[in-house]
Amino acid sequence: MYETSDIKKNLKVLIDGQPCAVVWHQFVKPGKGQAFTRTKLKNMITGNTMDRTFKSGEKLAPADLEERTMQYLYADGDGRVFMDTGTYDQITLSNEQLGETAFFLLDGTEVSILLFEGNPIGVTPPNFVVLEVKETEPGFKGDTSSNTTKPAICETGFTVNVPLFVEEGDKLKIDTRTGSYVERSKG
Amino acid sequence: MSKPPRYPIEVLRRLDAPAPVRVSGRLTSRADGFVQLRGATGAIWVECAGEAPMGSWVTASGEWNGERVLAGRLQILNAPRVPFPQPDGDWARLQDADGRRAGYLRGRALILREIRRFFDERAFVEVQTPAMVPSPGLDLHLDAFPVAGAEPARYLATSPEYQMKRLLAGGLPRIYQLGPAFRRGERGTHHEPCFSMLEWYRAFHGSVDLMNDTEELVAAVARGCSSGSLVIEVDGTHVNLTPPWERLTVEQAFQRYAGVSAQRLAQDEDAFFRVLVEQVEPQLGRLRPAFLTAYPASMASLARLDPKNTAIADRFEAYVAGIELCNGFGELIDPVEQRERLTRDQATRRARGLPVYPIDERFLGALEEGMPPAGGNALGVDRLVMFLLGADSIADVVAIPDSML
Repeated sequence: MYETSDIKKNLKVLIDGQPCAVVWHQFVKPGKGQAFTRTKLKNMITGNTMDRTFKSGEKLAPADLEERTMQYLYADGDGRVFMDTGTYDQITLSNEQLGETAFFLLDGTEVSILLFEGNPIGVTPPNFVVLEVKETEPGFKGDTSSNTTKPAICETGFTVNVPLFVEEGDKLKIDTRTGSYVERSKG
Repeated sequence: MSKPPRYPIEVLRRLDAPAPVRVSGRLTSRADGFVQLRGATGAIWVECAGEAPMGSWVTASGEWNGERVLAGRLQILNAPRVPFPQPDGDWARLQDADGRRAGYLRGRALILREIRRFFDERAFVEVQTPAMVPSPGLDLHLDAFPVAGAEPARYLATSPEYQMKRLLAGGLPRIYQLGPAFRRGERGTHHEPCFSMLEWYRAFHGSVDLMNDTEELVAAVARGCSSGSLVIEVDGTHVNLTPPWERLTVEQAFQRYAGVSAQRLAQDEDAFFRVLVEQVEPQLGRLRPAFLTAYPASMASLARLDPKNTAIADRFEAYVAGIELCNGFGELIDPVEQRERLTRDQATRRARGLPVYPIDERFLGALEEGMPPAGGNALGVDRLVMFLLGADSIADVVAIPDSML
């Protein structure tokens, strides 16, 4: 159990059965009065934030969260299957749970999966992935210095804006946090 | 050949060029055959061929050309033994972001000087009572640090109240004190376990006069310190410090901001403070500071009860942008009632499993011999400095916060 004095930014606690992260906190103590810690908490499943005030000395339960590095294996119906390379445990995440992350998965891609009480609630792809361009308009020679970009569709179905010199078959380094093109990957 | 004169960097900048000069400071940057020396309030570039480790304290001699020091020779006075700057070192803490925190400390010194000027001009006597006391006060929500090895038992004072009232009883009718107070378990943006308190007392005056003192003091200090502006910004809120400040009773504030009666809620201490903290305090003092007055009698602390209505304590607090700045009383001077309250607080502390501090018999003795009727106020100096300098936390405006000790 945590004490109110343990509260800090990003502490993960269990509130009404839901895992929540502390996004803001302030120790307050009205003159000649009890001490409290005011907080803003973000529900890690729904993403909603709420205000909670804890009396000093109140106990907070830690959220049973575990982060595991797992490898992407294959698509299976409406979901994707991942494996823990240490224990060979397998987990299936639905495309809905994966959201945009599904676009960054290639065979063998290692992702970080957040488990709450054993159930996956979030997945973080590597910061950078390399994807091959499947489809894009041909570029124009001599125009590589301009800022103009064009869309390119990658092997996973992900669409990204790229410079005009990018051609079909090029491998692109993509920043998964912003979904943007970084550079043409060598080799 | 005699050495050229040594100038502080800010004086050097106004010197007619060319002139042979010496200048001392810390080597903080290097580029294209020049090194940058940083002094108390500025930095200067010195042309220099020799090698000196980053972070060295040096004296450079050379020729001032109106912009830089040319043909400089460096004398290393002391060089760091570890990579410079250390991320958690004092240089980084004070000099980060163009010396932001060092600037706060200079601003703080001006504010302290203005506070003293305010009271000195009004014929208050500055006093220094001991930081180590036999009873730190029995307030149910204040915890004290016991002093290890003290004989007889001593605690670090949570406020200098008992001792200052003894001075009032001893015949000093106007006194003030600027000094440290110690409270266990208080830590946060607006709390340090060791903080600076301004406490003042006026015999023959009451809480109304003390509220007037407070707003005049804060306005005078704001005028006297660097920016001179009476409009401050706290967390994006602009607060105008010009007197008079808003005055509202606890009952009015609870009705207005929470739609509940404070008198009724005060029966349940927990509920009272929760509403105060969540709904009332954040709304107080947003455009101009606000005094909260007329507390429920159960929260009188060391205040007298209102002679016309004993359900109400003659106590006030000031708030600036939702943050408490001070707590003042029309002081309780009746020794019988005072002893009853302290005895009751001891019993409550015992029942709650809290440390039970002794009753300060010398304090009660002073009340028995007779203390003049008086008003008193205790103001958090670090918070005032934070407001006036526009800092984000009191850790930024104290010389060294507890976390950096």
